[in-house]
Amino acid sequence: MEKYTGKKVFNGVAIGPILFYSKEQDQVVRRHVEDVQAELARYEAAKETAIEQLQELYEKAVQEVGEVNAQIFEVHSMLLEDDDYNDSISNMITTQEINAEYAVAMTGDHFAEMFANMDDEYFQARSADIKDISDRVVSILTGRGNSGELGDTPVIIVAEDLAPSETVKMDKSKLLAFVTHLGSTNSHTAILARTMGIPALIGIDIRKEWNGKMAIVDGKEGILFVDPDETTILEYQKRKAEEEERDRLYQTLKGKESVTQSGQKVHLYANIGNVSDLATVLMNDAEGIGLFRSEFLYLESQDYPSEEEQFQVYKRVAETMAGKKVIIRTLDIGADKQVDYFGLDKEDNPALGYRAIRICLTRPEIFRTQLRALFRASAFGNIAIMYPMITAVEEVRQIKEISAAVKQELMDAGVPVGEVEEGIMIETPAAAIISDQLAKEVDFFSIGTNDLTQYTLAIDRQNPKLDTFYRPHHEAILRLIRMVAKNAHEAGIWAGICGELGADMELTETFLEMGIDELSVSPACVLPIRKIIRDAK
Amino acid sequence: MVAFKYTITDEVGIHARPAGLLVKAAKEQAATVTIKTAKGSADARKLMAIMALGVKQGDEVTVEVEGENEEQAAKDMQAFFEANL
Repeated sequence: MEKYTGKKVFNGVAIGPILFYSKEQDQVVRRHVEDVQAELARYEAAKETAIEQLQELYEKAVQEVGEVNAQIFEVHSMLLEDDDYNDSISNMITTQEINAEYAVAMTGDHFAEMFANMDDEYFQARSADIKDISDRVVSILTGRGNSGELGDTPVIIVAEDLAPSETVKMDKSKLLAFVTHLGSTNSHTAILARTMGIPALIGIDIRKEWNGKMAIVDGKEGILFVDPDETTILEYQKRKAEEEERDRLYQTLKGKESVTQSGQKVHLYANIGNVSDLATVLMNDAEGIGLFRSEFLYLESQDYPSEEEQFQVYKRVAETMAGKKVIIRTLDIGADKQVDYFGLDKEDNPALGYRAIRICLTRPEIFRTQLRALFRASAFGNIAIMYPMITAVEEVRQIKEISAAVKQELMDAGVPVGEVEEGIMIETPAAAIISDQLAKEVDFFSIGTNDLTQYTLAIDRQNPKLDTFYRPHHEAILRLIRMVAKNAHEAGIWAGICGELGADMELTETFLEMGIDELSVSPACVLPIRKIIRDAK
Repeated sequence: MVAFKYTITDEVGIHARPAGLLVKAAKEQAATVTIKTAKGSADARKLMAIMALGVKQGDEVTVEVEGENEEQAAKDMQAFFEANL
């Protein structure tokens, strides 16, 4: 039995086999082959498997994100059957007598480079598609499980690092825990792990040889056991059973109000990052959605999602929540969430850079498409719109002008539009400090404590070295939150918290005392927080 | 041979999704369909070659159809372009 200690991301115990997840794109080795015909047949078989995988992905995507978004997988299959691509591969295998994986990797590189050199951003970004299909075939040929699809047995994913898009792609029902070497406890991937309620550890010196071995992740103590002995397994099975028992207790809080003993009522909402999270929202009895991160629409897409695609997603969320509040945040791309086709420049300080509302206000065509989709969907439920990264009153006025024009345009065309509350994120110190002025402009505030903490304490949340300096309970943050709540109430609007701090159970009573009207937390935290609220005086 | 000219109206040009549809449509024809632009030409059955032409909104392309049933094929292709590009 080996024991390793890392940094905790999410509590909970997981027991199961390890899947070593790796990209390893650059490790394709060139080999001489004797039997060229057999090698060609190996390639054909791998290609067929890849096409079958893409067909399955296509069907999954049609269910989850709709036909239009799913078409990209069909395009991937067609790219794999492209004559020029296949001719290049078989030609390399035949004339150079080399192994299929090397021929695929080289051909993929050539075609990807050709696209990368085109003068149009959109076509440049297509080189990623060529790389993607080539990687898929190479991984089939080498037998590596790197395509993001997990097998039938639930596994503990061990990886050097995980990008948010990779985390999103994984089938959550087959995922027991994450263990990574890189990444910070405040990175987007760590937040996703908490949202999904999956035990996770970072900062562990991972080894490839662990693939397939049994392991235990203790998310509470930050420990990973590889090849645990019988006694340890039994001990953790017992702990896991206790946790499940506690979860069952929480279940008894379903359907109950989030109200203190003295009658103070709090709206307890959930944060979600994808339509597939709706199930956990309903399962945990959240009273609404306090933060729907619309970025996934952009992150999972190969191109700007159209108004219709977005409308379908927002409509589905609004309908599923059946009249409960659904607060959708407009796109928050930039910083740690990059999308190729946006063609954003590399920045020295991305967190202080061109992101979120700054993109929307300088590229209004993207913003307008999203707003049209949101207002159209508002006729199907209780949608509110929230704008991120606000620093000035002028920005809010500019946003309101655009949104009012979009709304008017729809109404003039006879498109039904519902009542929509419009609010802003308070996640910059500037916004918190002028919250008295901002409160006069909007319907609500939602405090984004992750960025507010990063900007107030001047701490880069992507830098793992700074985790010890990241003091979420810093008096400066608590004073800002108190001030924002007070200014909101004086202007007659409500104030909530949608950052990680909202789920910090040590602070729930402090927030109640500040008069916070709404807490939006990851779905897994809804019932535990409800218990604290109901126990509070 | 039958040919027609068409100016692309799609915002991003012949991007991945419509290029995929174009390949499908071209494969249904017995005749050969060739797309010509100022930059070069490509067989409409070859997805990468078409995408590599980098056709953008406002670009004019010439579509040449040659072979079996070319009159009808050209009509089908014209209808396809009007509906999708």
